[in-house]
Amino acid sequence: MTEQLRFRNLTLGYDRHPAVHHLDGAFAVGSLTAVVGPNGAGKSTLFKGVVGAIKPLAGSVERNGVDPQDIAYLPQVAEIDRTFPINVYDMVSMGLWRSKGLFGGIGAKDRDAIEAALATVGLTGFEQRAIGTLSGGQMQRMLFARLLLQDARVIVLDEPFNAIDAKTSADLLALVRQWHSEKRTVMAALHDLDLVKLHFPDALLLAREPVAWGATATVLTDENILKARRMCEAFDEHAEACVVAA
Amino acid sequence: MYDLFITPFSEFEFMRRALAGVLALAFGAGPIGVFLMLRRMSLVGDAMAHAVLPGAAVGFLISGLNLFAMAAGGMVAGFVVAILAGLVARTTELKEDASLAAFFIISLALGVTIVSIKGTNIDLLHFLFGTVLALDDQTLILIAVNATVTLFGLALIYRPLVLECVDPGFLRSVSGAGAVAHIAFLALLVLNLVSGFHALGTLLAVGIMMLPAVTARFWARDITTMIAIAAGTGAVAGYAGLLVSFHTAVPSGPAVILVAGAIYAISLLFGRVGGLIWQAFPGRHLEA
Repeated sequence: MTEQLRFRNLTLGYDRHPAVHHLDGAFAVGSLTAVVGPNGAGKSTLFKGVVGAIKPLAGSVERNGVDPQDIAYLPQVAEIDRTFPINVYDMVSMGLWRSKGLFGGIGAKDRDAIEAALATVGLTGFEQRAIGTLSGGQMQRMLFARLLLQDARVIVLDEPFNAIDAKTSADLLALVRQWHSEKRTVMAALHDLDLVKLHFPDALLLAREPVAWGATATVLTDENILKARRMCEAFDEHAEACVVAA
Repeated sequence: MYDLFITPFSEFEFMRRALAGVLALAFGAGPIGVFLMLRRMSLVGDAMAHAVLPGAAVGFLISGLNLFAMAAGGMVAGFVVAILAGLVARTTELKEDASLAAFFIISLALGVTIVSIKGTNIDLLHFLFGTVLALDDQTLILIAVNATVTLFGLALIYRPLVLECVDPGFLRSVSGAGAVAHIAFLALLVLNLVSGFHALGTLLAVGIMMLPAVTARFWARDITTMIAIAAGTGAVAGYAGLLVSFHTAVPSGPAVILVAGAIYAISLLFGRVGGLIWQAFPGRHLEA
C-alpha cells in the first residue's frame, strides 16, 4: 500500500502530558478511517498533530509530500464568530484560499465551483444569508461546502456529525463516501459505532494508547471496546517522565 | 443657507485646513474602527490612543512643538505597545484587554507627567484635545499620508484580516498570514491614532474611529457596506462638527465627536439593523 501519512512512535500532548502515546502506523492513500475512542482518548489531539497545529512531544508525523496547509481540516468546535457580517457565499469561497491566496480574483469558473459546492450540500438559495442566521445543521453543510472547494488529497473531520439530525448526517456522509471513491485519504472522529461499521472500511481505536488499528471488523470487537473504556482518562499531575524508548 | 454651510470654509483658511484634516482622518480611521469593532477590540483603540501620548510627549520634551519629533515619538511608543500587546495576547494566557488596560492608564499618567515637566497648561490641553483648527502644512500632509497608507494597507491585508475575524482556526489551517495581518493591522491603527492625536488629541482621537464604526453596525449587514458607511459618517461628523464649532464657539474637537455621537444615538434608535425602534415595532411576522 502507498502511505499517505505515517506516525513513527508519535506522542502528542500538552505541557509534557501525553494525550496520544507512542502511536505507530500509517493511513494508506485513499483510505477511509474512523477514529474512535472515549472522550479524552486523544482523537482531536491526533488530528491537530496531523494538520500540524501542535508539535509532537516525541516521534514524528510524515505526510509524504502533502503540505500541512493542503490538508482540509474540520475542527470539532470551529472558532467561527457567528455574529460577523459575512454571507454564506463569501464564507464558502474561502475554501479556495490555497489556490487564490491573498489577492487572487474569483473568476467565472470559481463562481461555478462555489455554486456547485453549495448545491451539493443543499444550500442553494442561501448565498446571501448572513452566517449568523444558519441553524446548526446548515452551518455544518456550509463548512462541508468549503471543504469541497478545498479539493484536498487528505481530509480530516473531527466529530463532523455531532448534534446534527439524521437527514443532514446522511447527506454529509454521502459526501464522505464520495471523497473515498475519489481516492482521497479521509479520517473522521466518530462516536456512532454502528455508522462506523456500516460505512468505514478502517478504524483506529484510541484510548491515549492505540488499542487497535486496521479493518473495522477486527478493531471494533467487544473486547477492544471494553479495553478502551477501562483506560483511564485523567492525567496524573505528578507523572514520572516516560521511559519507553524513543 | 450658503452663509451657514459654505462661507465658514470659503472665508477662512483655518476652517478649510481643519475640514481637509478631518475628512482624511475620517476616511482612514472609519475602516480601522470597523475592524476594531468586529474584532471586539473597541477598547483596544482607546488604550492605544493613550499609548501614543508618552511617546509624543518625549518628542515634545526633546525638541518642543516639532511635528516630526512628536509624530515619531508617538508612532514608536504606539508600535511598541501594539506589538507588545499583540505578542502578549498571542503567547500568554493574559487577554489583550487586560494587558492593554494596564498600558492605558500608565501611559496616560506618564504622558501627562512628561508634558508638564516642560510645557504649560495650554500645551497639555493641546495634547489632550488636539488642535484641529491650527493644522499646519506638515500636519495636514502627515494626516493625508497616514490615511492613504491606511487604505492601501487595508486593501493588502483585507482577506486574511476578515478571515482572522470570522474563522481564525481555518485561516491558521490554510495560511500563516494571520499573524502578519494582525501585526500590520495594529500598525495601521497606530498610524491613525497619531493622526487623530494631532487633530483631536489623545483623549478624543478614538472618537472619530469608533463612533462611525458603531454607527455603521446599525445600518449594514455586510462588512463592505459597513466600512463605507463608517467612512461617510466620519466625514459628515467632521464637516458638521466644524460648522457647529464655528457658529457656536464650542471647541472644535469635542464638537466633531459630539456630532458623531449624535449620529450614533440616532442610529441606535432608528438603525435598520437592530435599532431599538425596529426591535420594539418589528411589524407582523412573515409567512416563512
